[in-house]
Amino acid sequence: MTSTAVKSRAAASGRAGDKIFSGAALGAGVLILITLFAVALFLLIQALPTFSADPAEITGGEGFFAYIFPIIIGTVIAAAIALVIATPIGIGVALFISHFAPRQIAGPLGYVIDLLAAIPSVIYGAWGYMVLAPALVPGYEWLSQNLGFIPIFEGPASQTGKTILTASIVLAVMVLPIITSLSREIFLQTPKLHEEAALALGATRWEMITTAVLPFARPGIISAVMLGLGRALGETMAVALVLSTGGLIPSLIKTGNQTIAAEIALNFPEAFGLRLAELIAAGLVLFLITLVVNMIARAIIARHKEFSGAN
Amino acid sequence: MSKRIDVNDLNVYYSKFRAVEGVSINIEAKSVTAFIGPSGCGKSTFLRTLNRMHEVIPGGRVEGEVLLDGDNLYAPGVDPVTVRSQIGMVFQRPNPFPTMSIRDNVLAGVKLNGKKIAKSDADALVEKSLRGANLWNEVKDRLDKPGAGLSGGQQQRLCIARTIAVKPDVILMDEPCSALDPISTLAIEDLINELKNDYTVVIVTHNMQQAARVSDKTAFFNIAGTGKPGKLIEYNDTATIFSNPAEQATEDYVSGRFG
Repeated sequence: MTSTAVKSRAAASGRAGDKIFSGAALGAGVLILITLFAVALFLLIQALPTFSADPAEITGGEGFFAYIFPIIIGTVIAAAIALVIATPIGIGVALFISHFAPRQIAGPLGYVIDLLAAIPSVIYGAWGYMVLAPALVPGYEWLSQNLGFIPIFEGPASQTGKTILTASIVLAVMVLPIITSLSREIFLQTPKLHEEAALALGATRWEMITTAVLPFARPGIISAVMLGLGRALGETMAVALVLSTGGLIPSLIKTGNQTIAAEIALNFPEAFGLRLAELIAAGLVLFLITLVVNMIARAIIARHKEFSGAN
Repeated sequence: MSKRIDVNDLNVYYSKFRAVEGVSINIEAKSVTAFIGPSGCGKSTFLRTLNRMHEVIPGGRVEGEVLLDGDNLYAPGVDPVTVRSQIGMVFQRPNPFPTMSIRDNVLAGVKLNGKKIAKSDADALVEKSLRGANLWNEVKDRLDKPGAGLSGGQQQRLCIARTIAVKPDVILMDEPCSALDPISTLAIEDLINELKNDYTVVIVTHNMQQAARVSDKTAFFNIAGTGKPGKLIEYNDTATIFSNPAEQATEDYVSGRFG
C-alpha cells in the first residue's frame, strides 16, 4: 500500500517535471520565432517609405536599387575575402590543435584563440586603423606596380591603407576564432574508430585527416564558416573605422567601396525621415542576404545527409 | 603473399605502466592463430603492437622485437605507415568510413599514398575484394550507397574487404565478432577459414568456442591481478590447448572455471 503510494507520487512528480520542461522548451522556441518575426516586421514597416518614394528623392537620386546595389557588392566582397583568408587558416589551426600539437601546447593555444573572439570589435577597428592600414601601404604600392594590370589591384594605391582589402583582413582576423573553435570541437569529436581504421590501412597522419577527420567534420566546417560569414557580413564598427568609403570600384587597394552595416552605422545618427527609412531598408537587405546564405548552407549540408555518418 | 611473425621478448607499455610482459611467440604463415584470455589480460594490446597501432595511443611504446619474415618492425628507420599497409587490421566494432560509399570504402586503403588506379582495375579490385569477403552478392547492386547503411555483419565484412584490398601479408582481427549476431558471426568465421589460404590471420576473441572453431593454434594470456602486466601463459595447437593444456590456469580458463 505504502509502496504503491510512493510510486504513484514519484510518477506524478515526474510527469509534472516533464510538463514544465516541455512547456519551457516550447516557450523558448516560440520566443525565438516571435523575436525574429518582430525584427523582420519592424524592418519591413520602417523601410516601406523607401519603396514608395520618388526615386529622385533617394540618396544618389536614382532610386533605391541604384543606392543599395554598390554597397551590397561591397559587403559581399569584404565578407568573401575575409572568409577566403580565414577559412584555410582557421581549419589549419584547428587541425593543429586537435591532431598535431602536443597537449601542453594545444590547451593554451586553444585558449588564446577563444580569447581572440572576446576582443570587442571597436578594438579590432582601432588596430586596423592605426596599425594594420599604415603597415599595408607598402604592400599595396607593390601590388599596384607589379600586378596593377589585374583590375582588383589597379593603382594608384591608397596612401592611408584604409581600403576594402584592409577591412577584409581585419574581418578575417575577427572571424578566425569562430571558425577555429567550432572546427576544433568537431575535429575532436571524430570517432577514434574511424581514425584508427584509416591508420590501420596504412594512412599517414595527413591521409588519416583527409579520409576520416575532414569528411566527418564537413557539415560542421560549413556551419562554422557560415557563422563566420554572418559575423563578417554584419560587422559594423571595425569596417566603419578601417574603411575610407567611396563608390563601388573594382580595385581593392584604392579608397572606395562601402558595406551595408558600416553605411548604416555612419549615417544613422543624423538620419531622419526618408533617409532613416532608406537605412532601415538597407538593414532589411542585409537581413535577407544572411537569410539566403544560411539557407544555402543548410541545403549543402542536407544534400550529403545520407553520407553524414548520422545513420 | 603471407608472412610469418616472430616476436622476441616483447614488453608493451602505456607510459610508465607495463601492460604486457615478456611475450615471445612464433606465428606461422597461412594459419589462424587465436589469442584468448580474460578481459584486461593484454591480448588486444599485444595484437595492436603487431602492426604498430599501439603507438597511436599517447604514451604507447614497446620494447623487444617483432619480426615479419625476419624483418624487425621496430627497427629504427622503419615507417609505421608501411608496416600497417603490410599488416592489416579489423576492429572490434565495424568501422566503415561513414562518408564513403561501399565502393570507396573498399578502395580507401588502395588510394592512399597518392596511388592512382585505373577505373577498370578499381572495379576489378572492388569485386575481387568483396567476393573475398563474401559480401559481393549482397552489395553488388548498391556499391554507390553508403557503407554505414549495411547491417553490422555486412559492415564488418566490408571492413575485411577494405583490409584485403591493400593485399596485406597478415590480417589482425581484434574481437571481430563481438558486436555481431550469431548468423553474422558464422559468416565471418567461414570467411576466416577461407582467408587462411592466402593470409596469416591472428584473431583475438573472448569466445572460446570461436577460438576452437577457427584457429590452428591458440595462445592463452592471463594476468596475475589488477595493475599487473599480462603474460603469455601457454601457446600450442588449438586441440592441445582445449583438450590437454600443460598449465593449470589454461585448463581452468578453457573449462570455464574462471574468466
